[in-house]
Amino acid sequence: MAGKERVTKLKIDNVKKVYSTRNGEMTALNGVNLDIKENEFICVVGPSGCGKSTLLNIIAGLDTPSSGAVYIDDRKIEGTGTERGVVFQQYALFPWLTVLKNVMFGLKLQGKSDAEAKEIAMKYIKMVQLEDFVNHYPKELSGGMKQRVAIARAYAVKPEVLLMDEPFGALDAQTRTQLQTELLKTWESERKTCFFITHDVDEAIILAQRVIIMSARPGRIKEIVDIDIPYPRDQETKMSPRFMELKNHIWSQVYQEYLEVRK
Amino acid sequence: MEKKKKSLLQTIPGWAWVLISLAAAILLWFALSINPKTARSFPFIPAIFEAVKKMMDNGALVQDFCSSMISILAGFALGFVTAVPVAFLMAWYLPVRGVLEPWIQFIRNIPPLAYVPLVVITAGVGRKPQIIVIWIATFLIMTVTIYQGVRNIDNTLVKAAKVLGAKDRDIFIKVIFPATTPFILTAVRLGISVALTTLIAAETTGATAGLGMRIRSLANSFETAGMLMYIIIIGIIGLVMEKIIKFLEGRLTGWQEKRE
Ligand SMILES: Nc1ncnc2c1ncn2[C@@H]1O[C@H](COP(=O)(O)OP(=O)(O)OP(=O)(O)O)[C@@H](O)[C@H]1O
Ligand SMILES: [Mg+2]
Repeated sequence: MAGKERVTKLKIDNVKKVYSTRNGEMTALNGVNLDIKENEFICVVGPSGCGKSTLLNIIAGLDTPSSGAVYIDDRKIEGTGTERGVVFQQYALFPWLTVLKNVMFGLKLQGKSDAEAKEIAMKYIKMVQLEDFVNHYPKELSGGMKQRVAIARAYAVKPEVLLMDEPFGALDAQTRTQLQTELLKTWESERKTCFFITHDVDEAIILAQRVIIMSARPGRIKEIVDIDIPYPRDQETKMSPRFMELKNHIWSQVYQEYLEVRK
Repeated sequence: MEKKKKSLLQTIPGWAWVLISLAAAILLWFALSINPKTARSFPFIPAIFEAVKKMMDNGALVQDFCSSMISILAGFALGFVTAVPVAFLMAWYLPVRGVLEPWIQFIRNIPPLAYVPLVVITAGVGRKPQIIVIWIATFLIMTVTIYQGVRNIDNTLVKAAKVLGAKDRDIFIKVIFPATTPFILTAVRLGISVALTTLIAAETTGATAGLGMRIRSLANSFETAGMLMYIIIIGIIGLVMEKIIKFLEGRLTGWQEKRE
């Protein structure tokens, strides 16, 4: 990606997060430093409980670091902002709104008219292939469908930064592949900056320019792996020797951390 | 054999069960009305119709019904408009919760009949104490119910709204309010039920008309047919109110995951 301007979009500066619980203090993040460039695609992998969601929440402005700070365009993040969109690990759909109304939620808050909001929402609902379910309530959808609604809702407000917490976790392989392709398209055409948490190493390599491997107890960045495979990447990419090499490396690093946690 | 019987029973539709249940009740009622030991307290249907006719003719029935409904609705309405803000304040502000919760828990277990005399001494006789007693009882039950609901709102929904650009006001109108609606409706249902069950206590406050007051005055003259009629009317009012609220619940909270 040489030659492209590489302005820092997000600067994670020595972020530490300590939760005080009934069982005493619990350090979820212990000094995380990371510069994310504009239009960069970052994937974060690591064992369960290593602080991935915590870090995402802090970037989103939903949680505050115990020390350190996160900057967006050199501005310190305090609270949420619509330039940062979030797809939550637990869907977080409004159960009293239909699929269409859920996706329109953010658009209406921006002051768009019903007609305009509906038009935009429909575009993203089609992207996640739920046009036959626009008037359904979340309780009538499967887990994977709920997740797709959550994705459409986040995309619809056109955030500059997409923070996604295992967004494709509940999807079947076909839908997952299709949404990965859509995400890469959106990322390139709309110059989004992506921070994407996943447990799937294949997915991380297919999507990311850099894969962040986190270690647990306490959560830290263990290694940053540059994915030097050119885009566009597709299923063929998964057959290439370089892919295999990277996959073996990342996988063994994550597995090592997983064993650490198990101890 | 047993199995076959079961599946046959399961084919009986719900409305038929209601009819069967009603028929069984009437049969039991008839048995009570011919048993010499209970005949006096349970006069059968013809006697009830006579009582209805008599009370209709002298205007007492309509007057009692209206009087009770005014007390119930006024007390309930006051209970509702005070319970909603108090429940929200309790859910959001620790000092309010810390002070009020023990009070509510304490008063909630006292039967309203016990504090009726105090209300009468304070507010005098007539309509006022009736409304106050129903107000207190409905306020307590509705505050507790709505408070639980507000506390149980899924915080990730608030987060989702925030990242989509919702300000505090939007969060209240577009998230907190719809998320609490099911609990508010449950509170309304419980509130109406409590208003009805408190009615008799409320009408011991020197009321001049009312279903509860009439039952006691008919009891003094041993007019059991009239008493039974009034008891049945109170039951019917309860059923009708319940049905109305159930209908509203289906309309307003059909999106809910769990429903009985
Ligand atoms: N609100 C909280 N209070 C106390 N501890 C918390 C809180 N949120 C998270 N933690 C703890 O912080 C650690 C990191 O949690 P986090 O949710 O960030 O993990 P994660 O990497 O996203 O895991 P997963 O892959 O399972 O989603 C965990 O050990 C968790 O128990
Ligand atoms: Mg997580």
